[in-house]
Amino acid sequence: MRRGVILLVAVLVLGGGAAGYTLWPDRPAPAAGGSAVDLARPGRLLVRDLATGLVRGSRTRCDRFAAARGTGVCLVARPGAVPTTHALVLDRAMRPTRRVTLAGIPSRARVSGSGRMISWTVFVTGDSYNGGAFSTRTGLLDTRTGNVTVSIEEIPLLKDGRRYHSADVNYWGVTFAPDDSRFYATVATRGKTYLVEGDYARWQARVLRENAECPSLSPDGGRLVYKKRTPSGAWRLHALDLATHRETPLAETADVDDQVAWLDAGTVMYGKGRDVWAVPADGSGGPRLLATEASSPTLT
Amino acid sequence: MYISGVKSGVKVSRLGLAVPANVLALGTVNLVTDVSSEMVTAVLPFYLVLSLGLSPLAFGLVDGLYVGVTAVLRLAGARLADRLQRRKLVAGLGYALSAACRLALPAAGGSAALIGAVVAADRAGKGLRTAPRDALISLSADPGRLGQAFGVHRAMDTTGALLGPLAAFAVLGASGAYDAVFVVSFAVALLGLLVFVLYVRDRREVAPPRASSRPARALLGDARFRRLCLTACALGLVTVSDAFVYLLLQRNAGLATEHLPLLPLGTAAAYVLLAVPLGRLADRLGRGAVFVLGHLALVAVYGALAASGPFWLVLPLLGLFYAATDGVLMAAAGPLLPAGSRTSGLALLQTGQALARMFSSVLYGAAWAAFGPVPGLIAMGAGVLACLSLWREVR
Repeated sequence: MRRGVILLVAVLVLGGGAAGYTLWPDRPAPAAGGSAVDLARPGRLLVRDLATGLVRGSRTRCDRFAAARGTGVCLVARPGAVPTTHALVLDRAMRPTRRVTLAGIPSRARVSGSGRMISWTVFVTGDSYNGGAFSTRTGLLDTRTGNVTVSIEEIPLLKDGRRYHSADVNYWGVTFAPDDSRFYATVATRGKTYLVEGDYARWQARVLRENAECPSLSPDGGRLVYKKRTPSGAWRLHALDLATHRETPLAETADVDDQVAWLDAGTVMYGKGRDVWAVPADGSGGPRLLATEASSPTLT
Repeated sequence: MYISGVKSGVKVSRLGLAVPANVLALGTVNLVTDVSSEMVTAVLPFYLVLSLGLSPLAFGLVDGLYVGVTAVLRLAGARLADRLQRRKLVAGLGYALSAACRLALPAAGGSAALIGAVVAADRAGKGLRTAPRDALISLSADPGRLGQAFGVHRAMDTTGALLGPLAAFAVLGASGAYDAVFVVSFAVALLGLLVFVLYVRDRREVAPPRASSRPARALLGDARFRRLCLTACALGLVTVSDAFVYLLLQRNAGLATEHLPLLPLGTAAAYVLLAVPLGRLADRLGRGAVFVLGHLALVAVYGALAASGPFWLVLPLLGLFYAATDGVLMAAAGPLLPAGSRTSGLALLQTGQALARMFSSVLYGAAWAAFGPVPGLIAMGAGVLACLSLWREVR
């Protein structure tokens, strides 16, 4: 009898507390008012607000966001027993013009400098036979032709001059070259990660070097900044000069797990902790804070 | 509500099934605890990737820490429980540790290393409680009704695992925040702990615990238990892991990858429905017979997979395999174990079986890579049939 009373009280207290915490409206509501964002206006820095999930200045809610030259891509997660992601293509006024439904959780999003090519990476759990592994799906969308490549993992891949075959290839983190056909990305296979250079029009790819993830190409197409795993297990941002093949560690010494974006010809920006930071792309200077409580920095 | 049972003074409830109150209490605890833990499991990938911005590779590292922690703690916890003859205390510590991890998860912030530590601590809590809990079940029911007792427990446990993700996505839908899922999961875990403290009774055996410096060696000195362990481990080596079964089903049926997480639900549903009837059948016909039946269902699963059979055939058969073997094996082992080292014995059996199954995944994975999926299935199926020739050891 006494046990029953204790249990009943506990159910009421715990249930009330849990329900209160779940339904308490302490989370900020979306800001009212029209969208003041014009994706076609060059040079504007946009970030995603961590608290609301909105792209700041707009009423568009995204989990990952990127934009360039009047085109935006917004990845929205639909959590559930069958996790899906909506990849929304946005016009210059941030209105969705197309929706692609993907299986997985949003991880990376990119738009080519011209605004023509879009890429995304989603992350799929549960389709791997050993518990510790994961799998990614990286897709491409050509806004000019409307063609969607749901997964690029079938692209013919050359490694050390020979065609490489393995069932376990995973691609992520695409960045496009100014010609809207060449791209760089990460491929992981047999426990290692590689930087690859691909070509959308010719539909083939080749391995460039080992240990480089989430590349981001400079606006002039001459330099890549990516994260490189250090022996301690942390990631450190490095720049690679594509002409000289010289690799330079950037002045950001913290563990950064993001695909950087270019703020200007000599600076990259990235999410670190709960904020967005910027650092020179040549190893000089030091990191500086760009925006607090934000992620997904992108420059229109 | 309760009347005293005639045999061995065990309290039984009047549910018509004559399930001991302690077993029902433990089943309730596990139902509630599994709701709590599966809530977290369901949303963890979303939380790590979306909220913390971890990349897939960092997520893989967090995930990899799961493995191995359970086995070591299971043996150590079992030894402690036997030595002190306080199974409830050790199991309770395990439930409490896992409950604390629910709140530690949002507190760990964005650090992959800290989150990995919390996930490992949660696993440790599970490892700590499993064997003392099964020992309590085996000591709470009449030996002739152990199959049913374990069946009831496993059915309730799996029901909780099925409800967890539903609860998680309902909370996520209502709040839109991951920390709400963790807080609700913590409240549910506390409730489970409270039911455990209030309603589960510790069982101490009359015989004084024999102090043995090497419990594993002493236990395996018993010929019947040794043979049971060997049979279970040998069968573990030829049990193709669920993940491969689902992967094969998905490939055979051409299911979209996003539907893969739905396949285990079919198996779990069959498990829930069949655990009690098959446990009772084991009590009536003999545990060996039902254990063999379960493994014949496993061979049928292999056959159906090799012949590209449909999922509506494979999933119930796999559920039948678990319903006829998991609790039934514990029911068979319990009475063979001497007073004073029952927890250690069950832990040894569970750990051996788990390690054998891990090794089988490596073997089958290699066979798949070398020869494709079917030859490995045929070899594993032949292995199961060969092992079943030892079925008389399971009584």
